[in-house]
Amino acid sequence: MAQKQKRIELQPWQDPKAKPYIHLEGVSKEFRGTLAVDDVTLSIFQGEFFSLLGPSGCGKTTILRMLAGLEMPTTGKIYIDGVDVTHRPAYDRPVNMMFQSYALFPHMTVEQNVAFGLKQERIPKLEIQERVKQALKLVQMDKLGTRQPHQLSGGQRQRVALARSLVKRPKLLLLDEPLAALDKRLREQTQFELVSIQEEVGITFILVTHDQEEAMTMSSRLGIMDHGRMRQIGTPNEIYEYPHSEYVADFIGSINKFEGRVVEDETDHILVESEEAGCELYVSHSADVPVGSQVKVAIRPEKIMIAMTPPEQKRNATKGIVKDIGYLGDVSIYHVELKSGKIVLATQPNIVRLAERPVTWDDQVYLFWRAENSIVLTA
Amino acid sequence: MNKVLRKVQSSFTSPFWAIIVPYGWLLLFFLIPFLIVLKISFSDLKLGLPPYSPLTEWVEQGVLVIKLNFTNYSFIGTDALYLFTYLDSLIIAIIGTLGCLCIGYPMAYGIAKTDPPLRIVLLMMVILPFWTSFLLRVYAWIGILSPHGFLNTALIKIGLITTPLTLIDTTFATILGIIYCYLPFMILPLFASLEKIDHSLVEAAYDLGARPFQAFLRVIWPLSMPGVIAGSMLVLIPAVGEFVIPELLGGSQTLMIGKVIWNEFFTNRDWPVASALAVLMLIFLIIPIAIFQRLQERQVRFLDAD
Repeated sequence: MAQKQKRIELQPWQDPKAKPYIHLEGVSKEFRGTLAVDDVTLSIFQGEFFSLLGPSGCGKTTILRMLAGLEMPTTGKIYIDGVDVTHRPAYDRPVNMMFQSYALFPHMTVEQNVAFGLKQERIPKLEIQERVKQALKLVQMDKLGTRQPHQLSGGQRQRVALARSLVKRPKLLLLDEPLAALDKRLREQTQFELVSIQEEVGITFILVTHDQEEAMTMSSRLGIMDHGRMRQIGTPNEIYEYPHSEYVADFIGSINKFEGRVVEDETDHILVESEEAGCELYVSHSADVPVGSQVKVAIRPEKIMIAMTPPEQKRNATKGIVKDIGYLGDVSIYHVELKSGKIVLATQPNIVRLAERPVTWDDQVYLFWRAENSIVLTA
Repeated sequence: MNKVLRKVQSSFTSPFWAIIVPYGWLLLFFLIPFLIVLKISFSDLKLGLPPYSPLTEWVEQGVLVIKLNFTNYSFIGTDALYLFTYLDSLIIAIIGTLGCLCIGYPMAYGIAKTDPPLRIVLLMMVILPFWTSFLLRVYAWIGILSPHGFLNTALIKIGLITTPLTLIDTTFATILGIIYCYLPFMILPLFASLEKIDHSLVEAAYDLGARPFQAFLRVIWPLSMPGVIAGSMLVLIPAVGEFVIPELLGGSQTLMIGKVIWNEFFTNRDWPVASALAVLMLIFLIIPIAIFQRLQERQVRFLDAD
């Protein structure tokens, strides 16, 4: 029972009684006749680390800017902590933003940059000093307070920008591609730091990124956007394992898709006949589609098993020729060509060394997977 | 052959040539004339051509005597008129510069905020007056400001006034003329520095709770400081020595240093005193500007250190 209680606390979106902290109601934004954001409704809960993910131009940054008050929605309403802030200007919102370019004031020192927002609130000088010190300590920049932005490295600037937006203790922190300017190593390290800082300060974070890996590692939930519309909202696990649409399935990670015709659709399973796959596809969930309609069944490469001998199962099992092996160190990606000409990707961990592997180029292999691991894509 | 050609070519494209041309120009047309003026300022008034005595004189075998005459400078010191004229010129120039700044800043800001196609048109319109002669434009103001000029006629027609206002031949007209003529020199450097300001900095200021005016005061203004200084210098320095505008629009009411120098040269034919005045004006201009620039630099750096 206690276990269950905790679960809901960590996943407030599962609790129908939970009140959303940030709420967008049918928000649209039009720029000179083009719809940048198209009727987005979104609820985010207190303490969440939410990511908006999508290709450039999908409207994710516009949503962020509307939350910050830098852009006003054409239609729809925005609530923060129950208060309608739709038409409030940026300087009057309990929201702070970390800009993609960091936007540090070049004519001020690190300390002055961080103190800027506090000075606007007319907070006593001593308290400002104290809070600036704390904020810089949080991001490990307390030693460089007297430097000017141009004397800092990219990673250091990013920390100062974070400190500056956190020091005002906003109800919501917006991060616009915060790690895009950092190199890969620093980015990975900073991802974890950001998450731990978020847990420490307990502020709700909304992050915009086009980097799916970044969104997956950091967020409690993410929203996948495309052409101004919200395609799917869910935990990283839900998005990866149960994408609703082909778009979402393709966007996160790689996936194999087989076209086929629905033969059976029961409450506990669906059976799809697929010439492309060369076998019957059995998926252990219902898709609510009429028998006879065309659907796509998707399976992630790492869920596919490879064998030299035929498996016992007849459904979800096919065979092909190994055309290519991509060696990535920890895993290898096998490109297997089926009889239909379809190339299937299958990932295998390199448990044994390359030279000792049984499967090699031009071998005939059997591919098979478990019924609960495949998904039916209806959209 | 080719090698030689390439060598010649590369020597022409080297930075040395890029520097030597403007510096040669300055040496030829600024430093040498200035040295001549400096020389004349130390000589004696003499009837004849040129109307001043030489500085150097050969006495007996191989003895060269250099005679420096400081009476021109001491003469300027004894007559308070010169000091007042200098101060008046400075005050008029400063008011004119501030006027240019007040009008030019919003204009430059507006131009910097418009989108490129329209922006080019607006910039062209700022430069457009240069296509007409400077003298002609100043004369045009006589037509506007004179007792029966456009402005007075219009005001009388509307019924705002019954008798014409005295506009021409006043210090006001001089200041107006300076503001009008030097406005583009203020707008262009201001535009250049305002356009460079990253808009996300202004958005960051809003985001951190700054109202538009606060954001202007603490972000836009300090970041545009280089443009403000450059524009102010470009207006102030020539405005102090301005001759045409006070001559045509200021009448006898305004006595500016440029006019006094002109009088000394052409009316009194006292070249040495005129030269001494010119040298003093330069010194009096350079010292406060150097101090001002120093202070500004420091201020920009520590603007937010309060």
